Amino acid sequence: MKRNVAIIGGGQTYHAARRHDVDQGEMVNEAVRAALKDARMTMDDIDAVFLGNMEFFEGTHLTDCWLAGSAGAYGKPGMKITTGGTVGATIIGAGMHHVAAGLFDKVLCIGFEKQEEGDTGAILSGVAHPLYGRSMAGAAVGYFAMMGTSYMAAWGAKEEHAAMVAVKARQNARKNQYAHLKLDITIEDALNSRMLAYPVRMLDMCPASNGACVVILGDEKTARDRCKKPVWIRAMDTAHNEQFEIDWRNVTLTKPIFSTACAARMYKRLGVDDPKKYFDVFEIYEPATWAEMVWYEDLGLCSRGEGFKLMEEGATAIDGPIPVNPSGGVLSTNCIGASAMLRVWEAALQIRGDAGGHQVPKEVNRALATAYGGTNWTVMTALSSSTED
Amino acid sequence: MENKFVQAPFEVDQHITAHSNYFAGKMGSKFYVALRDSKEILGVRCKTCSKVLWPPRETCGRCFSLLTEDDLVKIGPGGSVVSFTRVHYSEPIHPDVDAPLVYAVIQLDGADSGMTHLIGGVDPEQIEIGMRVTPVFIENRNGNILDIVYFKPE
Repeated sequence: MKRNVAIIGGGQTYHAARRHDVDQGEMVNEAVRAALKDARMTMDDIDAVFLGNMEFFEGTHLTDCWLAGSAGAYGKPGMKITTGGTVGATIIGAGMHHVAAGLFDKVLCIGFEKQEEGDTGAILSGVAHPLYGRSMAGAAVGYFAMMGTSYMAAWGAKEEHAAMVAVKARQNARKNQYAHLKLDITIEDALNSRMLAYPVRMLDMCPASNGACVVILGDEKTARDRCKKPVWIRAMDTAHNEQFEIDWRNVTLTKPIFSTACAARMYKRLGVDDPKKYFDVFEIYEPATWAEMVWYEDLGLCSRGEGFKLMEEGATAIDGPIPVNPSGGVLSTNCIGASAMLRVWEAALQIRGDAGGHQVPKEVNRALATAYGGTNWTVMTALSSSTED
Repeated sequence: MENKFVQAPFEVDQHITAHSNYFAGKMGSKFYVALRDSKEILGVRCKTCSKVLWPPRETCGRCFSLLTEDDLVKIGPGGSVVSFTRVHYSEPIHPDVDAPLVYAVIQLDGADSGMTHLIGGVDPEQIEIGMRVTPVFIENRNGNILDIVYFKPE
């Protein structure tokens, strides 16, 4: 990077299925003001604003224009970004590139979604190829159902393992005041929840949430001058798949796909030999339970086919040796345009020691955040308390 | 000339129907209830900027001040035509009025921003910039910007 870039503040809304009390602007504004307060800044301090959400999810275009006032973007440089489920991390990526390049010193990044206001299922079908895919569109549930089927067939995992992920996420969410699904559930509850598409049940899937997240980025001088606990972005990387490749739906694949290719490139750049030792905490983008166990494998936290064993051992619990998604993750909160940014922000909070009830009970110096978006691409962010990594 | 077989381009028909349901929020709810129940038009005053904005919003874009319901003020109902055009074609997206119809930007009395709406009840040849207009309300209002049918000359 040309210049070091740090997360110097951030904030989020309380996430919920219903936010009838606010319009989109008022909701976004809650997170913007929370982030400015956290960073002890005013909007006058901000050089540029980057904003994004899922394309047309609420049936609105040009959200950067008509949310300009609420976002604090009135008259400021910046742009709107929409890249699907990854968007929250892509916005940070765009902001980071601008700060690293020296164009701006202080950038405000906003990810939001008011899912209740639009027909997200219908709009999501627009992700599928119009000629070859859309008539067969099964949205996220169908995709992750096939992943679960192949995962069980390949490695001998059981539905109980997915249920363990479902329980871990919602029990962690109960420790996170901002999370949406704070559910006191058991493995039996998960296994008895309504079947959506075998083997994916209701509690195997993320909710449709309303909410916003804001992260403020600064250059090294700003970060050292103004921020008590800057969290440094040490690397960001992205990788795409083509829509018709068999990837996460065939979990035995050994050729590099978006997730493994991106992780390999990032680890090489950072000199990571053993990611579970290098990083102290992980915030990963798991829209469904099965995806969490596949992420363990794709990130190299265990061998191929052993993700469910990691889950079974409790290794990824909030107080385990490899804590994954202490916040409750996407399974507990999915305001999609904000979800990938929440992964980065939650990882940053862990490094700062400011995660509150869901702070992992060990020293955290490095964290890895992943994003995931249809149809199969990722943005990964490596964070550290130090610029020496 | 050689008679070559030409393959017709193949077309796949696709259609997405998506319904939206927007919550008007803190300021918008006050605006629409006042319009529906009292035929009143509300704007919001930013004391820092000394501006009255329509539509009412919680944050002043210019100075980022947080505005509250206490800052809501009645504007109009009368106003002045800032600019206008006469539309000679119809599209499904247009309001349910036969062309030709007249769109105008109207600066309501007491407001510093304009409202786009229709002009009616007047020969289009008579409309001019600066003309004074006043809203005509529909009888059965349900909280919609079309609770105002159009603006007519005062």
